[in-house]
Amino acid sequence: MAVIRSVELDTKETPLPRATPEVDVIKMSSVSFRYLHQNERLTSLKEYAIRRLQGRVEIRDVWAVRDIDLSVRRGEVFGIVGRNGAGKSTLLRLVAGVLRPTSGRVVVHGWPVSPLLEIGAGFHPDLTGRENVYLNATLLGHSKRDVDARYESIVDFAELAGVMDEPLRTYSSGMNARLGFSVATGWEPNVLLVDEVLAVGDEAFHKKCEARIEEFRRRGATVLLVSHQSSQLLAISSRVAWVDEGRIRAIGDPQDVVRQYTEAADVG
Amino acid sequence: MFLQRALPLDSLAVGGDAGVYDTSRLPPAFSRELYELVRYRDLLIQLISRDVRTRYKRSVLGVAWTMLNPLLMMAVLTLVFSQLFRADVRHYAVYLLSAQLIWTFFAQTTTQAMGHLAWGSALITKIYLPRSVFAVSQVGTGLVNLVLALVPLFLITLLSGAQLTWAVLWLPVPMLLMACFALGIGLLLSTVAISFPDVAEMYQVLLMAWYFLTPIIYPLSALPESARWLMNLNPAYHLVEAFRAPVYGGAGPDPGALVVAATAAVLALVVGWLVFTSVADEIPARI
Repeated sequence: MAVIRSVELDTKETPLPRATPEVDVIKMSSVSFRYLHQNERLTSLKEYAIRRLQGRVEIRDVWAVRDIDLSVRRGEVFGIVGRNGAGKSTLLRLVAGVLRPTSGRVVVHGWPVSPLLEIGAGFHPDLTGRENVYLNATLLGHSKRDVDARYESIVDFAELAGVMDEPLRTYSSGMNARLGFSVATGWEPNVLLVDEVLAVGDEAFHKKCEARIEEFRRRGATVLLVSHQSSQLLAISSRVAWVDEGRIRAIGDPQDVVRQYTEAADVG
Repeated sequence: MFLQRALPLDSLAVGGDAGVYDTSRLPPAFSRELYELVRYRDLLIQLISRDVRTRYKRSVLGVAWTMLNPLLMMAVLTLVFSQLFRADVRHYAVYLLSAQLIWTFFAQTTTQAMGHLAWGSALITKIYLPRSVFAVSQVGTGLVNLVLALVPLFLITLLSGAQLTWAVLWLPVPMLLMACFALGIGLLLSTVAISFPDVAEMYQVLLMAWYFLTPIIYPLSALPESARWLMNLNPAYHLVEAFRAPVYGGAGPDPGALVVAATAAVLALVVGWLVFTSVADEIPARI
């Protein structure tokens, strides 16, 4: 706990070199996102056609997020906390441009954003570590020339220099996680999106990851962090929003918001 | 400094203004998708080279297998069907293989465009990618394989005693037309298959019917006189013929057939592109 507090104090005292507080790097104005939910998931066109003829396809609206107003300033580490299914990841995807809001407006300065991928997404087991670095980095929108220039430092950070020509299926899950994080953070981001991924990997590498995120923040990157682990948010966030059933229940000082969230969770 | 800025704040952007993504000011979907596809061109190359490499890494015989596979299939088909069409078709092996190659290209590319989007679905629900990248990369992979398969095709042509002429320099034209046609159909299929995976199965049945309704293994003259005009309605017939003519016929494709083939290809591509991009932004929510 003591360690966590000292980090938190640190975030508040460090001057932000690129900080221009009046700029909202991420701005959401009355954003709602709805997806259409069928009465049961029909994955067969034949069945769908038959039911359609019988008039038995019920579609109801499910609002994943509703009327969200949110501004994140440059250089902030903004945490989002909430239960599973509360709409945290939907928020992140709206910022990432994966989902388009049903209504409302999302504006992001510093596009394209850098998402931290779920470990292993986009990796191919039959390709070597090296080939996977190139595949993964281009999936994140980098050019081959970008990867050429950063390749050595990516491998160094992942501590996998000796095995880059081995196929990925020979790697342990920890090695996978290291390589994934290393590729995703191989370039300094303007906006970094982190979705629960810091929970994996061994303790030492975990520390290294947090240090790198902290380094990004110090240099002025904006970080949007989603987690249901409130301790992690307390450690590195400058502000936290509590999302529940698609709406923001509380927003502000991490200690405050997380306390409200945990109290509600305890009662529930 | 161990880090360097990935993309400057004023770098190119999805939205209108540089470095700003604004959902209220996005360009139209069909042009934005094209723009993003160009921006992600290195990913396209990576996906194609991955598919080509994993294909050859997996099989023991490697490249030799892609050469042997059509040769063996040809041997079987020729043995069976050359008896059937002996009178009508000279150099039956060449007649069959040339059409078979371009058809296989079409069938595989369209099928895999569907399957590949399903593979990519794990990614496109988490990060932004131009969603057409999967279909386009499959067409690219198919083209690489098709070019490699030209080697056994030419080999068989020479072995069977048929003439290999300069007309084969025409081949890139029908290949590109078929690529456009396949991409258009592949995009249309992907649009439906993302919600209904069983479309992939149905398509296999349709493909089979289409294959036999197109003069690939049999000559046009095998059809009853009264049914031949129907082939004018079959775009695959013209595309296949445009590819077959330079190899088997030793002459450039018939200009009339080429116009029909090109029209079909462009039409399929435009319709497929417009339909796919109009729903592309909803794909991550539908998976």
